[in-house]
Amino acid sequence: MESDLGLWAIPIAMLGGAIRVSTPFLFVSLGEVLTERSGRINLGLEGTLVFGAMSGYAVAFLTGNAWAGVGAAAICGALFGLLHGLICSLPRVNDIAVGIALMLLGMGLAFFFGKPFIQPVAPDLPSISFGWWSDLPQVRAALQVNVLFLIGIVAAVALWWMFRATKVGLVIRVVGDSTDAARAMGLSPPLIRTLATAAGGAFAGVGGAYLSLFYPGSWNEGISSGQGLMAVALVIFARWNPIYCFWAAILFGAAGALGPALQSVGVSTGYYLFYAAPYVLTLGVLIATSSPTRAMTGAPGELSITK
Amino acid sequence: MAMTTPPITGARDILSPDGWLAALARRSEAVVIPFCALLAGLAAFSLFLLMQGKSPADFYSIVYMGGFGSSFSWQNTLSRTAPLLLAALCVALPARLGLVVIGGEGAIVLGGVACGAVAGLLIGVPGVLGIPLMAAAGALAGAVWIGAVGALRHYRGVNETIASLLLAYIAIALMNHLVEGPLRDPASLNKPSTAPLAEQLRVGDLPGWNVHWGLIAGIVACIAAWVLIERTTWGFAARIAGGNVRAAQVQGLPVGRLIIGFTALGGAFAGLAGVFEVAAVHGSANASLAGGYGYTGILIAFLARHNPLAIIPVAILLAGFEASSGLIQRRMDLPDATVLVLQGFVFVAILCSETLYGRFRLFAPERWRTA
Repeated sequence: MESDLGLWAIPIAMLGGAIRVSTPFLFVSLGEVLTERSGRINLGLEGTLVFGAMSGYAVAFLTGNAWAGVGAAAICGALFGLLHGLICSLPRVNDIAVGIALMLLGMGLAFFFGKPFIQPVAPDLPSISFGWWSDLPQVRAALQVNVLFLIGIVAAVALWWMFRATKVGLVIRVVGDSTDAARAMGLSPPLIRTLATAAGGAFAGVGGAYLSLFYPGSWNEGISSGQGLMAVALVIFARWNPIYCFWAAILFGAAGALGPALQSVGVSTGYYLFYAAPYVLTLGVLIATSSPTRAMTGAPGELSITK
Repeated sequence: MAMTTPPITGARDILSPDGWLAALARRSEAVVIPFCALLAGLAAFSLFLLMQGKSPADFYSIVYMGGFGSSFSWQNTLSRTAPLLLAALCVALPARLGLVVIGGEGAIVLGGVACGAVAGLLIGVPGVLGIPLMAAAGALAGAVWIGAVGALRHYRGVNETIASLLLAYIAIALMNHLVEGPLRDPASLNKPSTAPLAEQLRVGDLPGWNVHWGLIAGIVACIAAWVLIERTTWGFAARIAGGNVRAAQVQGLPVGRLIIGFTALGGAFAGLAGVFEVAAVHGSANASLAGGYGYTGILIAFLARHNPLAIIPVAILLAGFEASSGLIQRRMDLPDATVLVLQGFVFVAILCSETLYGRFRLFAPERWRTA
């Protein structure tokens, strides 16, 4: 059965890979959309992702419940976001630099506390099989969809609706577009930005828990290789729209699955170069969507990265 | 200092905004605040250690022993200082233009690979000729890599922080590809590497020391960068452009060339760090090049407030922490990430301290008398 597929195995493996690999991109980029819409950028989500992966795995192992791990990762992510938000509320502190510092701190703390959890096996998150209609084992494997992926889709739609139709969404957008207008409305921009950053951190923490609890499904120090950072770039590509974030995450997931897919059909030359595909894609997307002269459409007015 | 002190005639003269005390006060702000932030970061890390049930006093005494306590530990520290000096310049030079470039790791890696690749072509060439060629190749590779970040920033408006870090990941993938493929020495079985450098192409140690020449190169680079920034029109123009791009353009300054030049120069220094890692430490280019020097360099540049001369002592201090990492693991049963946590605490403290500038009347002689 396996040999019949030939080169068709590559798109099937990439589809499956896109669904599996995209979930952390989706959660981190949704968190970053929430943060950036409030006018602040959190580059530290890479560190939050790694710490979320570690704390989620550790708690899932200690309690025997994968969902407890997801909850712990969300709480840890929120704490990192809160720290970022509070530091950035100090006058004259650069949010990009704070993000870099918290990225290094988050990774350092994750490696520090994660040492004892590299060996043990924690329970996995459940997944739902959507491939029951097919006889092909590859298709079935590709359509093993994790519950968190579905939650991510729901969250993307919910965030889109929130920004579009609710008071909370409007408040975040006002703060993100003009500090002065927000002050005139009696809002406190630092408070709202801090809360938005904390909520965004919680999303990134959940994305990390997915890494360690489902795919690749174990905790080690190389678990994230820049997904958190790529997700930040992805937000620019997605024009700060949660629905576009979903499609962008799928695209990035497929790029990330290219290397393993080619390897599975026996292509081994240039193996490392295919692993660089997501980074090259991210950079290409940044180059294509940035502009030196005009402000980006859809960008929050107070965002330092686009000013 | 005492020789140049003018005669003290009265209390009013000492407090005058033009006096030496005022000049000292103005200059000391940029030293005292980062130093206090460093102490605050170390204090926070001490609390962290106490929460882990470890003694901070033990920790710092082991750091002193492992990093600065003996001539052996000094040599270990100074050997690690060399790449850190060069990596920090890769952050500090673009920072003069207001750019946050954090992908120095990529330039280090590619500089090392370029050095290993060129060394393969220089089999019979004497070291006097070969080593400068290798250094030029490494510096060029780094300059192209980070210069591209500057070019993307200027011509396309691409965020330099994200672009540089993405390029660092791409550089590491490129290194893995080259070292395991086209440039691989078939004899390197366990750890794929380029062919070992010929004996005459190795960079040796300073006379009487167990520290390679990269330390001198790094210190010279820091001094040269300081002269460039503080004593040339190029450096002056870069500071104007870093403060306000519009104003610089109105003045007719070549902002694009400044951005590309400063990023490329920073990248060349980081590439040189890779060259010394290959030619003086590892002997061939392999995955050990991605050792995290580029990331520690970010912290050093911020601690030094992007002043190339201040980078020298700060780099020595952080190299000492890294040099004692092994001893900390063995003596205190702490994981190797302990130094990363320490660096994280110090980094956060130093960024928080940015908010303190201009808040103390002590450092502002103009406001001394209005008390």
